[in-house]
Amino acid sequence: MDFSHQLSQYLLSGLATGAIYALIGLGFAIIYNSTGIINFAQGEFVMLGGMFGVYFYEILKFPLAAALLLAVLCAAASGVIFERLAIRPLRRATPLGLVIITIGGSILVRGIAMLVWGKDTHALPTFSGDTPIALAGATLLPQHLWIFALTVLLIAVNKLFFQFTITGKALRACAVNRRAAGLVGIDVRRMTMFSFLLASGMGALAGIIVAPLTMTSYDVGIMLGLKGFCAAIIGGMSNGIGTVLGGLLLGVLESLGAGLISSGYKDAITFIILLLILFLRPQGLFSRGDSERV
Amino acid sequence: MRRELLKFALFALVVLTVPATIKGGYLLNVLVYVGINTMLAVALNLLLGFAGQISLGQAAFYGLGAYISGVLTASHGWNPWLSLAVAALAVGVLAFVIGFPILKLKGHYLAMATLGFGIIVYIVFNEFVDVTGGPSGLPGIPGMSFGSLRFDSDLKSYYLIWSAALLVMLLAVNLAHSRIGRALRAIHDSEVAAQVLGVNARLLKVQIFTCSAVISCVAGSLYAHTVTFVSPSTFGFHFSVELVTMVIIGGLGSIYGSFLGAALLTLLPEFLRAFQDYDIVVYGLLLIVMTMFMPGGLVQGAETLWRALRRLWPGRAGQDA
Repeated sequence: MDFSHQLSQYLLSGLATGAIYALIGLGFAIIYNSTGIINFAQGEFVMLGGMFGVYFYEILKFPLAAALLLAVLCAAASGVIFERLAIRPLRRATPLGLVIITIGGSILVRGIAMLVWGKDTHALPTFSGDTPIALAGATLLPQHLWIFALTVLLIAVNKLFFQFTITGKALRACAVNRRAAGLVGIDVRRMTMFSFLLASGMGALAGIIVAPLTMTSYDVGIMLGLKGFCAAIIGGMSNGIGTVLGGLLLGVLESLGAGLISSGYKDAITFIILLLILFLRPQGLFSRGDSERV
Repeated sequence: MRRELLKFALFALVVLTVPATIKGGYLLNVLVYVGINTMLAVALNLLLGFAGQISLGQAAFYGLGAYISGVLTASHGWNPWLSLAVAALAVGVLAFVIGFPILKLKGHYLAMATLGFGIIVYIVFNEFVDVTGGPSGLPGIPGMSFGSLRFDSDLKSYYLIWSAALLVMLLAVNLAHSRIGRALRAIHDSEVAAQVLGVNARLLKVQIFTCSAVISCVAGSLYAHTVTFVSPSTFGFHFSVELVTMVIIGGLGSIYGSFLGAALLTLLPEFLRAFQDYDIVVYGLLLIVMTMFMPGGLVQGAETLWRALRRLWPGRAGQDA
């Protein structure tokens, strides 16, 4: 295999992982924009998606499509329960308190998953076979196509939802100013709950479509969550195209780094990028600077 | 301040006489770990409790101390004390340099940046196999010695570790009641207000971050020379969260609280074998429940409870007043 083929292989698999990061990152951005909270537990809902999928498919022997749908619903419901039990009771929460609560929530969810499902690694079957497809000198699995298709679909639906539905507009209003949104009759608390529902649902879907390729276990949530966060940071916490580009960029850089430099340091590359962005351009790569509010 | 010193002297007296009252090396061995974790918790508390800046990467500084000491002594034959000093100096410089960009960040961003730093260091411990021994660890680290006195028994280690821990606590008590301590608390409440009052918030935050990192690093060196073996799994993200839990349980800004938190989280798993599998669930629950219902931590919670009890007992309250 010559170098250009190798390169296109890294690019394609990088884009596929990047799409996953983008979906997770969108979840971060949705919650952050409507509540001002960075949900450290976001990665755990990605894990829950994959693990619920395995549970329904492998143990309860549901048909694949039904199992996956149920898994997304269950993970989204867990997101709502999490918001109801851990976030809503906090009044006058400091940012520090919220960080600690969501970290506590994330290790609690991870711990419960470990107790219920054990420490084993599981895999979901690929959605439509394992016959490789050759594309531009690189090899692609049908699962990669599923990832691309579902990501594009989800981003489009997301965009339409925020642009045209009344709930989507209400969520955007909360992002601009929560108090003003409340004054014009938007139920801000319901919107907070709704943003957790959306974010955990999207995260869960990401967890499900990647599980056939990378396997899943109770502790995949930390890394996936952090990478999603990194994507959202690169995108400047926008719940639109910025985060998607951030995710794709991250995925490609990581894949190139793993292929050309060292696979052991693959994850370190992500975090070096994260630190650089936080240090140099905390407002994200694609947005203009915003003045700091005190 | 005098009362504080008296309180500290009493605490030190208890700590130093404890080994006389217990038999069996096992408990003593556990108490050595309580000492190390107390140092780490107090160090984090300086940053988290006083200055209000979270760090989810404390385990990295602890690990750097352990690994630098371990590698210099086990692979290069250095004197343990010299390697401890070199490690502290190196980590101090590192923390000071990265402190400026990191502490410019606030809240969630600060948490994520320190977390990212912690994970990078953890990956290096695992992947830099030629130097660190990789995931299987670094064996054969020599114990500490002082002239002809070798710290080779649990009892001797106890006194070595606890002398260091008491020193760190004394430093923290002093700091809390100094001008710097007040400035830090001002930053905690409002950074802008503190700056308006003439506090150089940016520099002070970096200084306390560096101070906290160096203490953690020294604790790491002492750990390496006491256990004589280090492996990456001790210094992961999980341990950073555990340290935050210790500080939160004890109470933000409470030095004896940090000791209490460290003691609880170190002793519980030892005495509840069943705790082993559930520890992660328990930490999660503790973090949520404490932040929600007892944000001041155990020490403050006990004080509130005590006052409430006294109010229920009017006769005694009258006598006290």
